[in-house]
Amino acid sequence: MKIAISNGRLVDHAGKLDRIDTLYVAAGRIVAIGDAPEGWHANRVIDAKGLVVTAGLVDLAARLREPGFEYKATLESELHAAVAGGVTTLACPPDTDPPLDEPGLVEMLKFRARSHNQAHVYPVGALTVGLQGTTLTEMGELSDAGCVAFSHADVPLLDTQLLRRAMQYAATFGYRVWLRPCDPHLSRGGVAHDGEVATRLGLPGIPAAAETIALATILALARETGVHLHVARLSAAGSVAMVRAAKADGLALTCDVGVHHLHLCDLDIGWFDANAHLVPPLRTTRDRAALRDGVADGTIDAICSDHAPVDDDGKQVPFGEAEPGATGLELLLPLTLKWATEEKVPLPVALSRITSVPAAILGVEAGALAVGRQADICIFDPDAWWTVERGALMSQGKNTPFLGLQVPGRVRATLVAGQVVHEG
Amino acid sequence: MNAPAPLPDAEALLLRLAERMRAAVAFDAAFVGIYSGGAWLAERLGAMIPGNHPVGFVDVSFYRDDYSTIGLKPNSRRTELPFDVNGATIVLIDDVLYTGRSVRAATNELFDFGRPAAIELAVLVDRGGRELPYEPTYCGERLTVATDLSIVLSRDGDLLRLAAEPVVR
Amino acid sequence: MRNPQLDAHGALTHLLTLEGLPADVITGILDTAEPFVSIAEREVKKVPLLRGKAVFNLFFENSTRTRTTFEIAAKRLSADVINLNIGASSTSKGETLLDTVDNLVAMDADILVVRHSQSGAPHLIAQHLNAHGRTHVHVVNAGDGRHAHPTQGLLDLYTIRHYKRDFRNLTVAVVGDVLHSRVARSLIHGLTTLGTPEVRAIGPKTLLPAQVEALGVRVFHDMREGLRGCDAVVMLRLQNERMKGALLPSAGEYFKHYGLTEEKLALAKPDVIVMHPGPMNRGVEIDSAVADGARSVILPQVTFGIAVRMAVMSIIAANR
Repeated sequence: MKIAISNGRLVDHAGKLDRIDTLYVAAGRIVAIGDAPEGWHANRVIDAKGLVVTAGLVDLAARLREPGFEYKATLESELHAAVAGGVTTLACPPDTDPPLDEPGLVEMLKFRARSHNQAHVYPVGALTVGLQGTTLTEMGELSDAGCVAFSHADVPLLDTQLLRRAMQYAATFGYRVWLRPCDPHLSRGGVAHDGEVATRLGLPGIPAAAETIALATILALARETGVHLHVARLSAAGSVAMVRAAKADGLALTCDVGVHHLHLCDLDIGWFDANAHLVPPLRTTRDRAALRDGVADGTIDAICSDHAPVDDDGKQVPFGEAEPGATGLELLLPLTLKWATEEKVPLPVALSRITSVPAAILGVEAGALAVGRQADICIFDPDAWWTVERGALMSQGKNTPFLGLQVPGRVRATLVAGQVVHEG
Repeated sequence: MNAPAPLPDAEALLLRLAERMRAAVAFDAAFVGIYSGGAWLAERLGAMIPGNHPVGFVDVSFYRDDYSTIGLKPNSRRTELPFDVNGATIVLIDDVLYTGRSVRAATNELFDFGRPAAIELAVLVDRGGRELPYEPTYCGERLTVATDLSIVLSRDGDLLRLAAEPVVR
Repeated sequence: MRNPQLDAHGALTHLLTLEGLPADVITGILDTAEPFVSIAEREVKKVPLLRGKAVFNLFFENSTRTRTTFEIAAKRLSADVINLNIGASSTSKGETLLDTVDNLVAMDADILVVRHSQSGAPHLIAQHLNAHGRTHVHVVNAGDGRHAHPTQGLLDLYTIRHYKRDFRNLTVAVVGDVLHSRVARSLIHGLTTLGTPEVRAIGPKTLLPAQVEALGVRVFHDMREGLRGCDAVVMLRLQNERMKGALLPSAGEYFKHYGLTEEKLALAKPDVIVMHPGPMNRGVEIDSAVADGARSVILPQVTFGIAVRMAVMSIIAANR
């Protein structure tokens, strides 16, 4: 299929591309930018006038809920949601049921995902068997089956001895380890950030120290083992400072933040809105400011959606009993654009945080709008605002604190491997 | 358009009411005034009429039939009945008798305190417009009043005054 | 964010928390409660205000005391009372909280008195009712997790007002496990809203919540310092579980530092009143001599509690 995308603002920060021009796609690849290739006849021309053309978004954390949690969402619904949100590559965490700790499960997931012909799915394997925290998984086998990294999802790893050995093992073979810093004892029983809001609302709190203490442990072990480390879902100002210092000190690591945490804080819990029950919890305005600064200055490398669809039964319960998480695949782009406008971050830089940078963290070919690269493309209208409502979301998860609010950035078309998989 | 007839003097009506009661009321009847106009009248009548007349007051807020539409308005008035309601002869006293609903509420309330032997009704003004079957035993004066006006008894120092005010909806 | 407790006219339609309630609404409840106190002295301790109305006590957390006072209050208003003791979690029965509520509404409930172990459960119910247009059904929070116990806060305010008249001259101390206490939170909100100039929270760091000063209190770890010059002292119950959670070493040590004894009480004003939401742990947070002494108003609190609950129910039942 030969497709020309004409007159759009082509943006690719790494490639220093930011101009209005035409892009040519053929045989699943970008074959030219600017002048049409020799003998070009388009099967289709997409008029991108007034729109931005970027590499398809790369989301480091999107829960697809298969296998095991099909009542919350399915591959079909969530992959549709991904491309509706302009996401063409995503990594899914291992906290499925059963967890992704066996090559067979990984292969099955990849196979089923491929059959939908929507976004590319890269599974992240479990670091320990069953995410139980006692035995290492066969990282070699899992790697061969397609895992791009190993993590412990949201399950705290209690045993520092085991964590050290897991890192040493992974480092031996160069496997990537992704860890969310969370001290299980300090966070036990907590459902909200331990501060003024939790005190008023009488909610058990999770202090920021639960994150910074665990992060200190992870950084110390990373220094020692030399593992290829990625820190997931920062939420506290203290953590941002620690990462900044570690990087300045020469430690090689990357990290990400969930896009909701760039916008919301614990005040957004309001009168116990269970849609604001997230993990890690929404912290104070000062933490939010530090996270925003962190992304702006590159301390925080990537922004991800931390997509977690939850069915109504999981949210229409008292705050403390609600399942944590928010739907995010369709909000990753709008919320990133909103942050960029508010912080006066240039569009190409902002988009790189959800394209080329996460692609590099994943270690896969994606996130680039350049000749010769796979044609995974997102075409969007940066000025089109839309209302976040149940009917507007393709994901089965309608759980978002942004319900009823307006956000900027409407995806007009998404291409995966040169095929148009979504138009809106 | 005729000018509305001037209202009679409250003090004069009180004298007339007291005279009528003096002639017929039981020696040991209790005088129970419905707040707040009836309460002032009960106090005055208790002093004016010879006999053993304990004076009590009822606040009918909890017995009104319009609670579900207008709700409860907090006030500091308390029902005080310094005598045994059981077997008592009671003269219920109110300033203006209109629909009869306040009298019903007051009667219901009295029965929650005990079983009176008899209840009589004394009012300063009967303006007609009854919606319930109550008639005064003793009455100062009958008046005809337009439905968009409300008759209000007020107290200025020791003096009682009657006035007509537009109804506040 | 609109206050979910007030209806479109700004009148109270649910009582969920004292936080955010305008001072005149709180004062209105206290004023309404006054005449209800004397009803206890009548032979027929009833008024017909809520005749024909159904009050459902929906208690997910056991509490005979609170449930009984609500029952007495509702019956004195001539309401029909139905008690539902769901016990532990509603999910253990397979039915969600909101499904249970919908069933009760279908059974013509007018007032739902709800006690739940999770903070925010009554808010969830009120929002659900508001969203479905069920404006004739009212929620009274009888205690949700650590968050609020507004009727207790109101009866504590009533008690203080009864003995001390004007909040604007007072120093009031709340002593003990503020961290876990919905009673403390409600009382603090009520006191600050009514203009109490000094509200003190006294306790060890382990039993004070994060940034408690933001609630408007002055923190004391030294009880003797904290009691100096107080007009009212409210003692909170210390539960046994606190020893197990490493919050405190022992009840004995707690009593030594934070138990109310006559010797410590002498530091407060001579006419200080001593309050306790009950039930008391004698010898743990309060000495028997003080609990039964001349300064204690713990028993009157109970009487006022029935009147306050009558006031709350009669105010909200009329609004829609």
